[in-house]
Amino acid sequence: MKMSGAEIIIKLLERQGVRTIAGIPGGANLPLYDAMGKNSNIKHILTRHEQGAGFIAQGMARVTGKPAVFFATSGPGATNTLTAIADAKLDSIPIICITGQVPLSMIGTDAFQEVDTYGLSVPITKHNFLVRSAEDLLRIIPDAFRIAASGRPGPVVIDVPKDVQMAEVEFDEWPEPGVPDATPELFHGEIEHAAAMINRAKRPILYLGGGVILSDSSAEALAMAEKGAIPSVLTLMGLGAIPSGHPLNLGMLGMHAARYTNLALEECDLLIAVGVRFDDRATGKVSEFCPKAKVIHMDIDPSELDKIKTAHASVRGDVADVLKALLPHIEQKNRAEWNARIESLKTAHPMIVPGADDPTSPYGVILKVAELAGDEAIVCTDVGQHQMRTAQVYPFTRPHRWLTSGGLGTMGFGMPAALGAALAAPDKPVICFSGDGSIMMNIQDLATAMEYDIPIKIILTNNNALGLVRQQQDLFYGQRYVASDYDKCVDFIKIAEGFGIKAYDLGNCDDPAATLAEAIAAPGPALIHVPVSPNEPVYPMVAPGAANSQMIGGENHV
Amino acid sequence: MCKQTVIELSVNNHPGVMSHICGLFARRAYNVEGIACMPVNGGQTSKIWLLVNADDRLDQMIKQVDKLEDVLLVERYDRGHPVFAKMAEFVQ
Repeated sequence: MKMSGAEIIIKLLERQGVRTIAGIPGGANLPLYDAMGKNSNIKHILTRHEQGAGFIAQGMARVTGKPAVFFATSGPGATNTLTAIADAKLDSIPIICITGQVPLSMIGTDAFQEVDTYGLSVPITKHNFLVRSAEDLLRIIPDAFRIAASGRPGPVVIDVPKDVQMAEVEFDEWPEPGVPDATPELFHGEIEHAAAMINRAKRPILYLGGGVILSDSSAEALAMAEKGAIPSVLTLMGLGAIPSGHPLNLGMLGMHAARYTNLALEECDLLIAVGVRFDDRATGKVSEFCPKAKVIHMDIDPSELDKIKTAHASVRGDVADVLKALLPHIEQKNRAEWNARIESLKTAHPMIVPGADDPTSPYGVILKVAELAGDEAIVCTDVGQHQMRTAQVYPFTRPHRWLTSGGLGTMGFGMPAALGAALAAPDKPVICFSGDGSIMMNIQDLATAMEYDIPIKIILTNNNALGLVRQQQDLFYGQRYVASDYDKCVDFIKIAEGFGIKAYDLGNCDDPAATLAEAIAAPGPALIHVPVSPNEPVYPMVAPGAANSQMIGGENHV
Repeated sequence: MCKQTVIELSVNNHPGVMSHICGLFARRAYNVEGIACMPVNGGQTSKIWLLVNADDRLDQMIKQVDKLEDVLLVERYDRGHPVFAKMAEFVQ
């Protein structure tokens, strides 16, 4: 066979099962686009900004659990992708970014649209490649898929100079598609030691994170919780691992946890950490996190073990393998005393949800949307108060249906990630909760939603402020609201309509619940505008750097 | 003076491997005191020796280095390594 580098890339992507790619063409990746246009069954989604393309890829990867691909040209195209790639690194999401680069002979000459994409992406990728011959693509493309999906997943960048895309190569056969490496062998001693500690514990708590979602082990996690009657807390990334209504589910822990959740952690004697990384938003002040507990830490990434908190027992392995191996060793118990104590904490320190019955309130609209969208819905958020409120109260029932920027906290994530989710799961309703600060950071891709008629429903709670920043200024900076209130308003209804998106205003209608129902049920994309007050903090809140026991607000005043 | 140790890495030999390794140390503000690198096996792979201070972050650093795709093997020499003894002669 004789083919160009660009044709080889497209064919190898098809052989990997890639059917949808978001991106933007430019001078340095035109051969790639030409190869895709000439002969390919790949559907291309032309975004308005490369960051949007990156988050579309993330949306697809988070829903399917498989690597997703996006394209950008050299220079500004490549630099525009960086935030979406860094975001994928921190949340362990397998995406592959293929960038154009100036021809090899011009690298290092400050050529037009030249930037050191390889150098820029080193600290924010799991691995990256600068391709120096078209022949190497036959090895690098499958390898990129293997690396992105193996072990702890993550983003991979492949930078392809234009002359490498155009070079013709003779080769005999296609390489096998890249597949994830086998998961590492478990150490039975570690499993037995962990099981003995769990069986001995009087007041254990399971601490479940994104690793449970990524390894598809929520069924095993639930089975372990039920067999040992072990109450479970979830990280932001772990929401959905155990259904919200389950009696053993204590919800999200940490900075915006319900009071009973953080208080239960204060009392536990064993913390069973599964696929988590002890993020500071979850632990608060680490030295005071779970002060009475021994710690078992299970993770596929050995560098996470003992990184933040030294574990009394470590179990290295894919948490799906670990939980399966552990389950037969776990003694059936009811731990009645501990669960009764948890119930009394729940009763004394419940999650207070102001305005739960009002579909125009910040919490009420989330609960009403959940009711209307049903439990098949995929829920995306941007970053801010709306995100924390959704994490607190949305009734999650299953994994891979909750897409949020956890580690990097990227405003602008939500809407394009929702587009990716809807492309990957066209049969499911896709909801995007956003705020007026966040949505403006990638507003341009409303055009993409309109152009491809992608039926996402954006719930925009608008307080005309950077709400979570303002909340910190309120609580910790003497109510000096520096640069967190917008002086003037933009008209989001007109913005949406200008982009050709249907808009609904819950602040200007007779029956908000009916309007919301109509908007959710309507075909095509829609934006639902919900004006809210800037003076409604998200409670409870733990101050950054404080111990989780020091919660502000959200007290029970009955 | 802080106790020093030597980390010996076997790595794939291509332009960029050094920046992956040095970047790991640099972005954690962990100084590399000495560095040496030579190709082996006809140039397919290289050996890199790093002379570093053995502070309490070193175990985490080694785990991070071990995760790099191009790093094939990591060995630790807490009693030093002759490569740096020889190099020291050039800066006497």
